[in-house]
Amino acid sequence: MNCREFISFLVEYLDGELAVSVLAEFEEHLSECESCTAYLASYRETILAARLVSNESLLNEAPEELIQAVLRSRI
Amino acid sequence: MTSDAALITSLQAGDADAFETLVRKYMPALLRVARRFLRSEDDARDAVQDAFISAFKSIRNFASNSQLGTWLHRIVVNSSLMKLRSQKRRPEEDIESLLPKFLEDGHQVIPSNPWNENAEAMLQRKELRELVRESIDKLPETYRTVLLLRDIEELSTEETARLLDINTNTVKVRLHRARQALRAILDPHMRGVA
Repeated sequence: MNCREFISFLVEYLDGELAVSVLAEFEEHLSECESCTAYLASYRETILAARLVSNESLLNEAPEELIQAVLRSRI
Repeated sequence: MTSDAALITSLQAGDADAFETLVRKYMPALLRVARRFLRSEDDARDAVQDAFISAFKSIRNFASNSQLGTWLHRIVVNSSLMKLRSQKRRPEEDIESLLPKFLEDGHQVIPSNPWNENAEAMLQRKELRELVRESIDKLPETYRTVLLLRDIEELSTEETARLLDINTNTVKVRLHRARQALRAILDPHMRGVA
């Protein structure tokens, strides 16, 4: 497995969907390639960063006028 | 706080107080989801209202062994996606330049280097939080939607594919490209060379 193939498998790898035979090659490449080790780590951190920022940035509130509008819409 | 099981029984019996309890309990969470998908506050509120109307209509068919929060989450994701689809498409930036380039032998043209910071530490820096938020926002809509559904709302590939009416392979390709583009934008900042 080369770096191009390794990187192309990242979604399946993180979803635990790699076939056993591919997983063995993937992990072998990971153990040998510093660049791909760095890429995988930063790819994971990117996912986490997107999640943390998306969850952190929003107000946790319920505007009363919207609650009333929703309740009126039920009638 | 009323338990969801008791709340569902009251909702299915048509109890008006139960509907108010439902709306007050779940409104903040639903509004947070809609705001992630929709850039305008008015659109997010419309999507939440549509979601509750849809929930009111189908509460009688709600299976009591399901989770009320999960059920409502799916409904508001759906109403947000419907709202997005009805909007004019925005001009999109090409993300091709943000994807890794490879030599003929399959090695990266520019080898990757470890990051000095992790995501938790990054969150402490306002400019990086803004960078992540703006970078997600600037992704082409088809990529942004898949990233939101998979990585933020934590839906499965299959469910994402079903909601967007695309195949699972397309979901994986778009998700991978969106993550790679974000990673490339963050890379110099997280390595401390920006």
